[in-house]
Amino acid sequence: MKNFNFKTATSTKEATKLFSGRAAFLAGGMTLLPAIKLRLAAYSDLINIKKIKTLSGIKASSKSLKIGSASTHVTVASSKEVIKSIPSLSFLADGIGDPQVRNRGTIGGSIANNDPAADYPSACLALNAIIHTSKRKIPADKFFKGMFETDLKKGELIEAIEFEIPEKSSYAKFPNPASRYAIVGVYIAKLKKEVRVAITGASSSVYRSKELEAALTNNFSASAINNINISSADLNSDIHASEDYRAHLIKVMAQKAVSNC
Amino acid sequence: MVKVNLKVNKKSISKEVSDNTLLSDFLREKLLLTGTHVGCDTSQCGACVVHLNGQSVKSCTTLVADCEGSEITTIEGLAENGKMHVMQQSFKKHHGLQCGFCTPGMVMSAVDLLQKNKKPNEQEIRDWLEGNICRCTGYQNIVAAVKDAASKL
Repeated sequence: MKNFNFKTATSTKEATKLFSGRAAFLAGGMTLLPAIKLRLAAYSDLINIKKIKTLSGIKASSKSLKIGSASTHVTVASSKEVIKSIPSLSFLADGIGDPQVRNRGTIGGSIANNDPAADYPSACLALNAIIHTSKRKIPADKFFKGMFETDLKKGELIEAIEFEIPEKSSYAKFPNPASRYAIVGVYIAKLKKEVRVAITGASSSVYRSKELEAALTNNFSASAINNINISSADLNSDIHASEDYRAHLIKVMAQKAVSNC
Repeated sequence: MVKVNLKVNKKSISKEVSDNTLLSDFLREKLLLTGTHVGCDTSQCGACVVHLNGQSVKSCTTLVADCEGSEITTIEGLAENGKMHVMQQSFKKHHGLQCGFCTPGMVMSAVDLLQKNKKPNEQEIRDWLEGNICRCTGYQNIVAAVKDAASKL
């Protein structure tokens, strides 16, 4: 593992100040450390942000649920506020990786990485989230730019993720049996003003399915999707699933998600 | 280099380590606690599971520098006064191992499960052990061992 300087910040201000050159913020490290070990990434400095108190904590209001970026998956999965206001989000967090990964991995780390098969990005898009950073507030629709790419600038730190509380929502995932990453994951949310459908695992990055959203806006039921033909163009194809299989899974997972809403 | 102060199996340790030292390597090479195994070194197999402040974690994906002020328990820290932990006894009784390589991680994960869920059913045990891989595929007896330990704790 290529060496780096390990630094710990106790405030957001200190963290952004310590950030220089080829630095990276370190939260749970469940993706960052394997990436360094595999020599997919190399950094001069790792800035530990887990000691920053303002990055933890979960607060619910009648309209939104705000989760500190350094909250671990197990914290989100078991949080009473999350279970009460958006149970599907607790379900999603409980299905990430394995218990040891959930004990360390964080929500902020997951979305900053924007893995095409990660779970949380789909929740952010479906629940019309606002990403609070050290510099600004970014709507989820503008945050996820492409494969492993986000709108974050160098040294910009995610502080919290604020989700809109939906009327109904559900997440259905067909996991890779080995890694538990989504081969296809579909997050459906019926919000006050609109229906949103976010899909992860299927393409190069998380995206919203306009055709599923249109169908479910008319009729919020599994049968509304029966006659929709999902195109396999632009979908991933690998040893685990072909693009046609993924297209089929999108429909099946979407129907499952709607039925569970 | 960075100086770390932590407790390992209730013993205070203070050592200088390189910033990129992994907890698994630190335990095995600096403290000679070789009960913690390194299988895949990519945080998938779970042979390296230890407890960090009471929570099971994969030590091959944890930096020692990140453990400042923490309490670590390894498989060597489970037995008390020469008497095996109930989970260890149960693995022995049910022969919850074949080659034994994954066993330290299996035991540490299973102990964490019973801290959180005192009476897990079979499915809950299997789900919890998702992050521990037994290359010999000896899961039946592992699950039987965890079930039995749960009935005794």
